[in-house]
Amino acid sequence: MGSLGGAWRRTREQLPLISPQRKRSLHVFVVGSGLAGSSAAATLAEQGYRVTVMTYHDSPRRAHSVAAQGGINAARDNAGDGDSVSRLFADTLRGGDFRAREAGCMRLAELSSAIIDQAVAQGVPFAREYGGTLATRSFGGALVSRTFYARGQTGQQLLYGSTQAMLRQVAAGRIQLLCRRDALELITHDGVARGVVARNLLTGALEVYTAHAVVLATGGYSNVFFLSTNAVKSNASAIWRAHRQGALFANPCFTQIHPTCIPSGDPGQSKLTLMSESLRNDGRVWVPDRANDTRDPGQIPEAERDYFLERLYPSYGNMAPRDLASRRARERCNAGHGVGPGRRSVFLDLRDAITEQGREPIAQRYGNLLEMYERITGEDPYTSPLRIYPAPHYTMGGLWVDYHLMSSIPGLFVLGEANFSEHGANRLGASALMQGLADGTFIAPATITAWLSSHSTPNLSNDAPACRDALQRGHQRIDGLLATQGHRPVDAFHRELGATMINCCGISRHAASLRKGIHEIGQLEQAFQAEVRIPGEKDGPNVELEKALRVSDFFGLAQLMLRDALAREESCGAHFREEYQTLDGEGQRDDARFAHIAAWEHQGDHAEPRRYSEPLTFTIVQPSARSYR
Amino acid sequence: MRNRISLTLRIWRQESPEGGGGFQSYHLEEVSCDLSLLEALDQLNEQLINAGERPIHFEHDCREGICGSCGFLVNGQAHGPQEATSVCQLYLRQFNHGATLTLEPWRARAFPLIQDLAVDRSALDRIISAGGYCSVNVGQAPNANALLVGKEQAQSAFNTATCIGCGACIASCRNASASLFVAAKLAHLAQLPQGQPERQKRTRAMQEAMQAEGFGSCSSNLECEAVCPKQISADWISWMRREQQ
Repeated sequence: MGSLGGAWRRTREQLPLISPQRKRSLHVFVVGSGLAGSSAAATLAEQGYRVTVMTYHDSPRRAHSVAAQGGINAARDNAGDGDSVSRLFADTLRGGDFRAREAGCMRLAELSSAIIDQAVAQGVPFAREYGGTLATRSFGGALVSRTFYARGQTGQQLLYGSTQAMLRQVAAGRIQLLCRRDALELITHDGVARGVVARNLLTGALEVYTAHAVVLATGGYSNVFFLSTNAVKSNASAIWRAHRQGALFANPCFTQIHPTCIPSGDPGQSKLTLMSESLRNDGRVWVPDRANDTRDPGQIPEAERDYFLERLYPSYGNMAPRDLASRRARERCNAGHGVGPGRRSVFLDLRDAITEQGREPIAQRYGNLLEMYERITGEDPYTSPLRIYPAPHYTMGGLWVDYHLMSSIPGLFVLGEANFSEHGANRLGASALMQGLADGTFIAPATITAWLSSHSTPNLSNDAPACRDALQRGHQRIDGLLATQGHRPVDAFHRELGATMINCCGISRHAASLRKGIHEIGQLEQAFQAEVRIPGEKDGPNVELEKALRVSDFFGLAQLMLRDALAREESCGAHFREEYQTLDGEGQRDDARFAHIAAWEHQGDHAEPRRYSEPLTFTIVQPSARSYR
Repeated sequence: MRNRISLTLRIWRQESPEGGGGFQSYHLEEVSCDLSLLEALDQLNEQLINAGERPIHFEHDCREGICGSCGFLVNGQAHGPQEATSVCQLYLRQFNHGATLTLEPWRARAFPLIQDLAVDRSALDRIISAGGYCSVNVGQAPNANALLVGKEQAQSAFNTATCIGCGACIASCRNASASLFVAAKLAHLAQLPQGQPERQKRTRAMQEAMQAEGFGSCSSNLECEAVCPKQISADWISWMRREQQ
């Protein structure tokens, strides 16, 4: 595997260390309590640092990592099917359509196994075989069974493992936990990240926190689409405010639409619910062969069903990667083959699996998912096929980071979904939990130590000009929003933003619609500034103000996503430009012009952002057209 | 079956922890049965904002029944009438046209009220801090397959580990006991080999923390099990009593 294999181990061996006594005087501020944030905080505290963790939730256990269902990948050859670090590495790189760094993907694959060991030691109850060893299942985009799971609640169990490890450090006095606070502004002093201004969601007070290094582990930005699988309050504010302070934003247009979600219904709906893609292990995806066929699924004979994923991708079938499965489902619906209300869904049918294996094994594997489906739709998935449709899910883009997970602002580390790192243009299933825990448990604690070894500047006073400036920026934004006194609630703007984004920058994109989107969102942002209505005061709880701050950050980010999608004149992974496709409708990469990471620099509110590119080189797996046929 | 229904919502309104509160009635006309109760509250809030009033404060986030943020009493039942369902997953098709729903916050001494339907459940995290973990630092973990756990044992540990910390069990107990919450965490870790070294210490520490936070003792009326959105069995409370001895 050349020099890349073992590169992280060799790097780590050469990273500078800090004595235990000195660590006690160094303070790291972590924003976000999901898998990446809580594992980083726990590990740093175990090593002796003073750590503060901040979350907008009332409890760290609520972070959206909790909702990850299917599992976590690890290269352990647990199923004896020939899996290895190099296969997981190659699958990740290929799944990301050659738009990620080789070195990062290799490190992720190498760390994957130790993550499972750590989680099990924390008491995570992974599924087991009768003999007591770990069980695995297979996931989209892979031919081996390398996904470790805890029924359909793997994210929940991993998160509890890492938040419990964190609470252990809270009890030991090494971590201060700050709940119910939103990050408003990043504090930079001499160009280095030194703290955060936060809004206390109970009192409304703006609070200043300083530290020697800042970690953002604040998750992704799919809520820019309003309807997404994210939690309703998931937001991009911390990374967007850091971007405005100078942190480069990488590949913002790389957003993943998850194929297996419960279709949308009423306009008053507030989110879309994901059904783990592990269902595709046993479920077969199909639509009626004949367009506008309104028969009950049970009435449609086998010969008149189009199992389109099996037809188009014979070797991967229903396990084709997420981007392909999503695009093909949308294509079938657009061609009139959709089913259900509005004809905007496709069937995911467990019938054959139930016939072959019986109802009990299926209930054991997916019971909680199927119950959830029934609660939401009122339909019984054991007797009629589930209906699914793609929904915005995960954002591969995020703040640009180097190999040490440090952003372009020195001292600002970005972990998990909040950074852009290893998933390239498309993330493989069960790889998000792996990346969040690799970043937080193993990588950041080592690289933050290396950074602090030569940058342990004196404590920054809360009264320093850098803090006062950041505080001032926070007050100005809030005062501006509250002074508007318009006539439309925040949600009305957010819904409109989402509709524009899903049309212009969703499953497929086109130059004309992207340009139209930039224009429309610019206008929507102006309307928001003039017409938004936020009742209530600056002091005390004000949920509408929280929403307004989050949505106001989405406008700028949405425009950057559209610009990035427009500038990337190729199709790759989840970024499908209609102008760039092969004759059989697959995305066409342009390696000569676009084998790079696009990183954007903020140039002020009234100037176009500047696009940089970081070239990608491939030494082990040569870029080829992805083929899952 | 109707696709749309009208509802009267009697909702507890309270500006701040100090001072009292009271019920206020609101009407929702012809809302879709495909909306969840929280989405109906979203609609009501839009109406309130348009009328210049303060919207109703309720906790929520994932809206798929896993984060544990949401929770209030619906007609006296924690999370409402549907079994194994948190209130974010409660859809209007569960209710009749013209029904009146009374929504009020969790009531427990250890859960001080914040505003309207929102309460402070941080006491639960402090109970976990007291011992709800395995003390293992990064770098110390043995090979995961070296710790064998039988399939059924792993499943049973998983079942107790699914507690989402919503507080419904406490809100529905007449002593506001956190016994089911504590028993679930103790049982999760006691059923796994990793949890053995600290088993006794954990049991003692978490029980003491529960009392110190002002939760009552088990009322033995099993309401906790009935309202638990994750259907955690109250048998674990009896198990916990044996653990203490």
